Amino acid sequence: MKITSLLTLAASAILATSAPAQQLSGAGATFPAPLYQRWSKEFKDKTGAEVNYQSVGSGAGVKNLTLGVVDFAGSDAAMSDEEIAKVAKGVVMIPATAGSIVLAYNLPGVKDIKLSREAYAGIFLGTVTAWNDPAIAKENPGITLPNTPIIVAYRSDGSGTTFVFTKHLSAISPAFKDAVGEDKSVTFPVGQGGKGNEGVTAIIKQAPGTIGYVEYGYAEHNGLSMASLQNKSGNFVKPAPESGAATLASVELPANLRIWPADPTGAQDYPIATFTWLLLNKKYDDATKLKALKDFVTYGLTDGQKFAPELGYIPLPAPVVEKAKAALATVQ
Amino acid sequence: MKFRSRPDLFRVLCWVASVATVATLAWIVYTIIRQAHPAIQKFGFDFLSGSAWVPNREKYGVLPFIIGTALSSLVALLFACPLGVAIAIFLSEDFLPPVVRQIVRFVVELLAAIPSVVYGLWGIFVVIPMMQSFGPWAVKAFNQTWVIKGISGAPDTYQGIPLLENLFAPPAYGNSLLTASFVLALMILPTVTAISRGALVAVPKTLREGAYALGATRWEAIFGVILPTAAPGVVAANILALGRAMGETMAVAMLIGNSPRLTSSLLAPSGTLAGLLANQFGEAEGMQVSALMYAALLLVLITLGVNMAGEAILRYTQKRTAGIL
Repeated sequence: MKITSLLTLAASAILATSAPAQQLSGAGATFPAPLYQRWSKEFKDKTGAEVNYQSVGSGAGVKNLTLGVVDFAGSDAAMSDEEIAKVAKGVVMIPATAGSIVLAYNLPGVKDIKLSREAYAGIFLGTVTAWNDPAIAKENPGITLPNTPIIVAYRSDGSGTTFVFTKHLSAISPAFKDAVGEDKSVTFPVGQGGKGNEGVTAIIKQAPGTIGYVEYGYAEHNGLSMASLQNKSGNFVKPAPESGAATLASVELPANLRIWPADPTGAQDYPIATFTWLLLNKKYDDATKLKALKDFVTYGLTDGQKFAPELGYIPLPAPVVEKAKAALATVQ
Repeated sequence: MKFRSRPDLFRVLCWVASVATVATLAWIVYTIIRQAHPAIQKFGFDFLSGSAWVPNREKYGVLPFIIGTALSSLVALLFACPLGVAIAIFLSEDFLPPVVRQIVRFVVELLAAIPSVVYGLWGIFVVIPMMQSFGPWAVKAFNQTWVIKGISGAPDTYQGIPLLENLFAPPAYGNSLLTASFVLALMILPTVTAISRGALVAVPKTLREGAYALGATRWEAIFGVILPTAAPGVVAANILALGRAMGETMAVAMLIGNSPRLTSSLLAPSGTLAGLLANQFGEAEGMQVSALMYAALLLVLITLGVNMAGEAILRYTQKRTAGIL
């Protein structure tokens, strides 16, 4: 008797605390998580609705959405048509923010290195192995490059960052496409793997001679040197929110809003930039939940964009925001 | 009082608890097998011998990871075994006053309570910088040209030291098999020490006294009588520690460099089965999930086998030393 009454008491206590505020749950990509969590905090202060976003990885986010255990998901790789076909309630993909992927390196005394397309594709293919390789030296006449081996750092876990990076390398180098290809987890012929952006960042920070690909925000916050990369027009572009925004502004969005600028063409475009998407169902049964979700995404697309630069993301260009809002309107 | 009047309730509770434990293990293995089934059917035993793990080309071979798992654990044991057994001998003899012994024992066993991820972080900030200075030194030392005066008097030159030059081949990485093994050695030290100490303490007093009565010194008694008697227990301690090292995930994934390439160098990045699962499971889909489950099944079988061997030897020892008394 005592135990049952205790249990009822406990149960009612739990119910009482969770009942009032509207709750939304989301899961997915780790890359935009800091921004989504910031939105969630600001949104709660404004409306009282609680949005809980778990950064478990794009793939896991897509799985959760397919199983219907979350209200929305986040993914750097959007969703493939086959994945969308598996979701009974349908899927709407909404670009929510964007970021650049940079080649961060640790070479004491060497700042602002420039890497040609051949050079950085070669580094990740294992054909350019020393820092004073002619392919690198040619573009950096004023810099004394050391005769030390290049240590490559890559992501050992499956990740949207790897997906976007290998997509770009495959677009610019047929040899890379042939030897490695593009995916969320690939097998690089050289180097060592770190887990997560933070793992790769740690490797680069610790070992002189290392180069690796990480999100711009991680490199920026950790004070890593970033290489200027040669874009399709032949210009060397420094990674920065502005050059990333230039890349995204030139992108033509298709109807489903899913696109990767694998090799942007603009003269001042930074070559590796990507959107990251919020994935919503087409239909929600619960009207109050639907309203809260729409409010949250609308907030993120409008006021929420102002937090992007300080957290290392690229704010969405205005035309993209318009298209994203139009897509959001189709959610019922 | 209630339990006393109805003694069956407690017995039922115990039954349910033990059946639930066994059933959970069976359930876990069943789930793994079921999910691994497509990969088992598709790749069969080629999965074990294949050396390429390329998810985007649907090529799955776990040989590098099996070798990485075995090698990193064995190298860890190479460090931990002498150290752990030495500590166990030290703690089972009366070199120190009992209070100090108790403190040392407590501290060594406390190593087991440190979370894996903390070992990983410690490895990143302490062991990796150490390896970054040791690695290039080892490469230089073992790969240089040696000039040794031959028997005839004429100098012979040797390029590198055989075997060692393969084990310490350039380039030296910070995140390497050796780094992971070094940290693993610390993690399994309490296992080696605690179980070895148990076996040494269990050696009957009569044997020890007999050895002294025959005029043996302390060292002769330790190495001639006590250690051989406790040997199966010490072996079991090392096997159980090996099992723990093989299943260790987080610290290894943070330190080993997670490379699927086959290499003979201890200074090169490598990978383990547990690390592979931790790294790739989150974003895997389709056949990759199935292949990872197959790898998980192998890991379960390997660690289960190692642990059962350790347990069996431990049981056998306990019976044997009990017989001597």
